[in-house]
Amino acid sequence: MSHAKTNTEAAESATLGSHLKTHLREYGILIALVLIMAFFQVVTDGTLLRPVNLTNLFLQNSYIIIMALGMLLVIVAGHIDLSVGSVSGFIGGLAAVMLVQWGLPVVLVIAICLVCGAAIGAAQGYWVAYWRIPSFIVTLAGMLVFRGLTLWLLAGQSVGPFPKAFQLLSTGFVPDLFGVGKPNVTAIVLGVLAAATIVWLSARARARHVRFGIEGEPFTIFAVKNALVALAIVYIAWLLATYRGLPNVLITMSVLIAAYTFLTNSTTIGRRIYAIGGNEKAAKLSGINTERLVFLTFCNMGALAALAGLIFAARLNTATPKAGVSFELDVIAACFIGGASMSGGAGKIVGAVVGAFIMGVMNNGMSILGIGIDYQQVIKGLVLLAAVIFDVYNRSKQG
Amino acid sequence: MTALLEMRGITKTFPGVRALDNVNLTVSRGEIHAICGENGAGKSTLMKVLSGVYPHGSYEGEILYDGQPVAFRGISDSEAKGIIIIHQELALVPLLSIAENIFLGNEIATAGVIDWADSYVRATELLRKVGLVEAPGIPVGKLGVGKQQLVEIAKALSKEVKLLILDEPTASLQENDSQALLDLLLEFRAQGITSILISHKLNEIRRVADNVTVLRDGATVSTFACERGAIAEDRIIRDMVGRDMAHRYPDRDAEIGETLLEVEHWNVWHPEQVGRQMIRDVSLRVRAGEVVGIAGLMGSGRTEFAMSLFGRSYGREISGTARLRGKEIDVSTVQAAIASGLAYVTEDRKSLGLILEETILRNTTLAALERVSKRSVLDTASERQVAEDYRRALRIRTPSVFQKVMNLSGGNQQKVVLAKWLFTDPEVLILDEPTRGIDVGAKYEIYNIINELAAQRRGVIMISSEMPELLGMCDRIYVMCEGALMGELGKTEASQERIMSMIVQGRQEG
Repeated sequence: MSHAKTNTEAAESATLGSHLKTHLREYGILIALVLIMAFFQVVTDGTLLRPVNLTNLFLQNSYIIIMALGMLLVIVAGHIDLSVGSVSGFIGGLAAVMLVQWGLPVVLVIAICLVCGAAIGAAQGYWVAYWRIPSFIVTLAGMLVFRGLTLWLLAGQSVGPFPKAFQLLSTGFVPDLFGVGKPNVTAIVLGVLAAATIVWLSARARARHVRFGIEGEPFTIFAVKNALVALAIVYIAWLLATYRGLPNVLITMSVLIAAYTFLTNSTTIGRRIYAIGGNEKAAKLSGINTERLVFLTFCNMGALAALAGLIFAARLNTATPKAGVSFELDVIAACFIGGASMSGGAGKIVGAVVGAFIMGVMNNGMSILGIGIDYQQVIKGLVLLAAVIFDVYNRSKQG
Repeated sequence: MTALLEMRGITKTFPGVRALDNVNLTVSRGEIHAICGENGAGKSTLMKVLSGVYPHGSYEGEILYDGQPVAFRGISDSEAKGIIIIHQELALVPLLSIAENIFLGNEIATAGVIDWADSYVRATELLRKVGLVEAPGIPVGKLGVGKQQLVEIAKALSKEVKLLILDEPTASLQENDSQALLDLLLEFRAQGITSILISHKLNEIRRVADNVTVLRDGATVSTFACERGAIAEDRIIRDMVGRDMAHRYPDRDAEIGETLLEVEHWNVWHPEQVGRQMIRDVSLRVRAGEVVGIAGLMGSGRTEFAMSLFGRSYGREISGTARLRGKEIDVSTVQAAIASGLAYVTEDRKSLGLILEETILRNTTLAALERVSKRSVLDTASERQVAEDYRRALRIRTPSVFQKVMNLSGGNQQKVVLAKWLFTDPEVLILDEPTRGIDVGAKYEIYNIINELAAQRRGVIMISSEMPELLGMCDRIYVMCEGALMGELGKTEASQERIMSMIVQGRQEG
């Protein structure tokens, strides 16, 4: 009996090592985020995780993360979209004109803007998908066109301020339904619920895997990972609760992250997008309508860029011609730091989100430290390079 | 006559395959020496050994050139000795000019600065030698294939060629271009240049070759003087195909039923080259439980026919009708073709059949995801069940269905492709070179799977360049040549000689 037990223990520790090795990339990025946060937490004397700063961190990075969700799909499909910064700026300007100058109702404006974004994505996706014009070229053109149109639309000036209802899109907070106020009990309850849901879902998936005899991660890693993730979520919720509660944009973002994770992992559409990026010809000969899916991927990217543009404008409470400049670079960097493959076919939503947070935390931390924008750019560039080198090295080692 | 080149006992092995087995080749000074053999007989491998693509040390045996043993470590070594090979796939840069292509890698320059005047003068001189009347400044991409071939030869001449090797030089040429090329070879012979000509076209060999070496299954079968008569042609055919056929194919009691697929008057034009017809009025039928072969040489249009039928994946201006059980079916897109009950296992499984970086499981269900999902949401449990079932049924050797297919052997990869198409539950399967590049044991398993499909009352169209395979497996064989069907042979009347002579006949007519 004891003999058998030592055997399984030995097997367990052996798989533990090999599992960590083969999944180094996935854990590596999470560990990197934790280390970077710990580093800045120490060097900023705890400023990084102060409730106010944490809230800001979410507000500052929400639009990058939202666009990274769409960009990940585009990159997985084997393409790139350079126009997202300009498109988000253009949509922000469009919203400003409709709200401030024409006085249209907020809900209508948001709806029109999202449709407009999808249409812009469609216009670009059409050339990429059906005419096979390289996405780099099409979206580079889009980047210039919509930057110009933003200037034209706003006549080179800032337009604002926005009605209160519109600002809530970004700067609003979920009120405390329990009436305590401080700390915000709703935030804590939602945080605990979210943590519980994540643990429950992954436990269910693991149980199913075990039932079918699929080799998943060893139990030790599973338990540690889930405990850490749950703790982190609850802790963040608690921190936010002691300030003003959950920002509206955090809710929007979380719902979108969940939806896109589901789309990529569990739907036929997601599976087919990975197939297109993996081998487009084989996908086509397997009866996948590759053109239509690429087209839809770009439509989706356009709509998400529009949403990001609205949130960004709402946060600044004004639409400026400079809005969205170089956002595309942060978004693309987030996806690649998160492990998306340059040639398509591989990449995860979680990776892109973590990648965006790594960029965000570094921006935020370095700003608190008062590091100049010059050095910030250099450091961010090197981090991107290091992440991709790590990726390529890992892949070549696995052969 | 002294030998310019002697290759003795050349043996070259790749993991799991012996591509060349003790091959001997002797080429005399100043002759045109033809090398014949079926696809996969080892002709190209032998030429790669000779030219140094496979460096000295990666093969056994010795090469004597000009009486001296040589050890080439790369193409540059063999080119320095005047051995120039012109591959079937031309190695020209389409956007560069003729002159630039001729001197590419070998530029007429001092200290890195190109002397354009001299380049053009010498290019013009070389073009005159090969009989090409074009300005040396125009881009190569503007020329037709025949003229591009002449540019390649001019490039070879610029390197002081002593032994010119042409790998199926006329395969993609029109008749008059081919004639011009052969005349050029004869002219070179008069000037003392030795040539090795690899060709399928027996009439061409008869016309220009002095001696012929026949390769089969990686070994030399015979070398003899080509007497420029029909007797030599018969002998070449016999030596190319003759091999022992006992028990390499599993037995099957064919129970052939009603007609499943009928294709009539199928015509396809080349997707880019205007006015080039790739498939000419092809009509064929497949019945339930029947394995039908399409024989032909590489480039005869078999793959183009299959791909144009399967969702118009090849060609333009496709016309013709396809019927299944007498009812006309829609094959205008891949989705429609699959829905109509067709499946196509591609010739090139790595670039067209599989997603190499994905798992066996994901490849297996790719063509029929709707069968493992409800309202677009995947049921991972049933997906896994499906993958496991096929793994067992087709005996895919792998530790787990979560293995990436890039880690599998060729035979197991092919089984994954078959699994993918079987899961769409097709009525007619088109298998394009289903056993290419896989070892003998796995081939036998694939044959068993094909027989099993026929036993399930499906129709199978099998395209193969290995004639014994078609003869061993098929109930009926169509012979295709230059995009047209030359005829149809039943199991009892089919033989390699008959198929070959039908092809040769087609070549001569075409």
